[in-house]
Amino acid sequence: MIRLSDTAIEAIREHGCESYRDEACGVLYGRLEGEKREVVRVAPLRNARDEQRHRRFIVTPEDYRYAEAEAERNGLALLGFYHSHPDHPAYPSAYDLEHAFPFFSYVILSVDKAKPNELRSFVLASDRKQFLEEPLERKES
Amino acid sequence: MSVVLIPTPLRPFTDQQSSVDIAGANVAELLENLATSYGELRKHLFDDSGKLRSFVNIYVNDDDIRSLSKLETTVQSTDIVSIVPSIAGGSTPVQDEVSFTHEEVQRYSRHLIMPEVAMEGQAKLKKASVLMIGAGGLGAPLGMYLAAAGVGRLGIVDFDVVDHSNLQRQVTFGQSSVGRPKIEAATERLADINPYIQIDPHEVRLSSDNALDLFRDYDIVVDGTDNFPTRYLVNDACVLLGKPNVYGSIFRFEGQVSVFYAKEGPCYRCLYPAPPPPGLVPSCAEGGVLGVLPGIVGSLQALEVIKLILGKGDSMIGRLLLFDALGMSFRTLKQRKDPNCSICGERATNKTLIDYEEFCGIPQAVEQQPKQTVPTVTVEELKRALDTDEDVFVLDVRELHEWDIAHLEGATLIPLGRLPHEIHRLDTARDIIIHCRSGARSATATKFLLEAGFGRVRNLEGGILAWSDRIDPSLPKY
Repeated sequence: MIRLSDTAIEAIREHGCESYRDEACGVLYGRLEGEKREVVRVAPLRNARDEQRHRRFIVTPEDYRYAEAEAERNGLALLGFYHSHPDHPAYPSAYDLEHAFPFFSYVILSVDKAKPNELRSFVLASDRKQFLEEPLERKES
Repeated sequence: MSVVLIPTPLRPFTDQQSSVDIAGANVAELLENLATSYGELRKHLFDDSGKLRSFVNIYVNDDDIRSLSKLETTVQSTDIVSIVPSIAGGSTPVQDEVSFTHEEVQRYSRHLIMPEVAMEGQAKLKKASVLMIGAGGLGAPLGMYLAAAGVGRLGIVDFDVVDHSNLQRQVTFGQSSVGRPKIEAATERLADINPYIQIDPHEVRLSSDNALDLFRDYDIVVDGTDNFPTRYLVNDACVLLGKPNVYGSIFRFEGQVSVFYAKEGPCYRCLYPAPPPPGLVPSCAEGGVLGVLPGIVGSLQALEVIKLILGKGDSMIGRLLLFDALGMSFRTLKQRKDPNCSICGERATNKTLIDYEEFCGIPQAVEQQPKQTVPTVTVEELKRALDTDEDVFVLDVRELHEWDIAHLEGATLIPLGRLPHEIHRLDTARDIIIHCRSGARSATATKFLLEAGFGRVRNLEGGILAWSDRIDPSLPKY
């Protein structure tokens, strides 16, 4: 289960709309309590793809290392990443699956014609063959 | 021991440690030792073939090992090695504006429901262009399966005409195709299998003059021919243009398959720098071929083409498959790139196409053909001699199983290979007329007997085939 505050969800939705038709991406910082994940802060990242940005995103290793360090400085866990699917459902693609890491929450926002739509979260199954949806809980802030 | 920094997503597999001490002289050793110590890590670091996953970056201190010596990068005990995930993803498959009609979606549905192909793979197939050299035995399954799979543009090079002897294996054609140009019959058949693809018929004989122009327009070339000059020509043109060459060959009960792609592995010349002496390796027309065999080998070629297009699986690049139909065995041999290869090596000397007939010794072979140096007789002359009861001894130098298909009345069979042992059966004083299927083996026999002191031997021009054509059509041709 992953819990996001209204503020965090709004930040992801805004980022997804601003970046529309390109894919937006960002990082999720938070706390782990057993199986529960509590997102404390979201931070936008730059989509470092040179081309095909409307259907692909990549985070540079530098940004990734920065995110790990930032989590550590603040005593938080790097819980995962979010990204948007412009004009495409909020389900992970085969490409997402190929590039997935274990443990991380992959939060996907579908953006339909510049309007934010569904938000879902997925975690890679231990056999690497599929994503499992994890319940996403909204917390009023 | 060096310090390896573990990123958050991999810590569940290192007992939540963010750094571990691991021994290893270079990055490859270090990662191997890491995966051995923490077994669950292996599948996340390496793919099924043991290669480091492309989205796993390794840093030594602040440098990506790709800018150092890659996996060979040496590490000291003071170095800090970091595993840095490359976070990437995306939504719709990259199709580059390829779209499908409802009918096409239905047609390809068994592909589309497999995640390994799906819309993205089907779009790659539709965007792909493949040139088939030859529409014969290998070309039959190749063309039909590639067309059915939805390869968007399929070129065919062939200049032959469908003959009765093709129908035992060239299943693109039927009885009604006999006498028609293969290119015409094949184009019709493939367009019927899949009207949603483009078929480019090239009714030409592939040569050094047109190969580069023909190949340039296609992503992949598939060699479905049965002779050495064309095999070398296809190889060299593919190397010069940087295109993969999906190779298949068949003989009697055995087949071979490989993918020659000089950018990533060996080419045909790395394996066979020079052709065999002319005549040493018989063609299928001479040695025969089991009809199903090209069906299997051509299907394997089609499979390799599709894998190359999809970018899935382990291609046959760098491997040679040997198929033995009687033993029902598939063996795979590893093949290495020859650094001294004359066409794809580092200091390659061949930069243009050459005369491949000459390279394979074909003109010399024609000149040396005993046919021209031995006395001959036509089928009409033989008929007249037999009708007038002239005393001629007709010697058939074919094999026994050929005799069973068709033979001349009153002829004596001594297979070419047996001739030296049975020469005593022949009478030097008699007129001897020697024949085989088409005149080549009997020319060799004539020459042999002349050299052995027989004065009155002649070769029957055109062999039993000419006899069937011009004297007795009731004799079957094979």
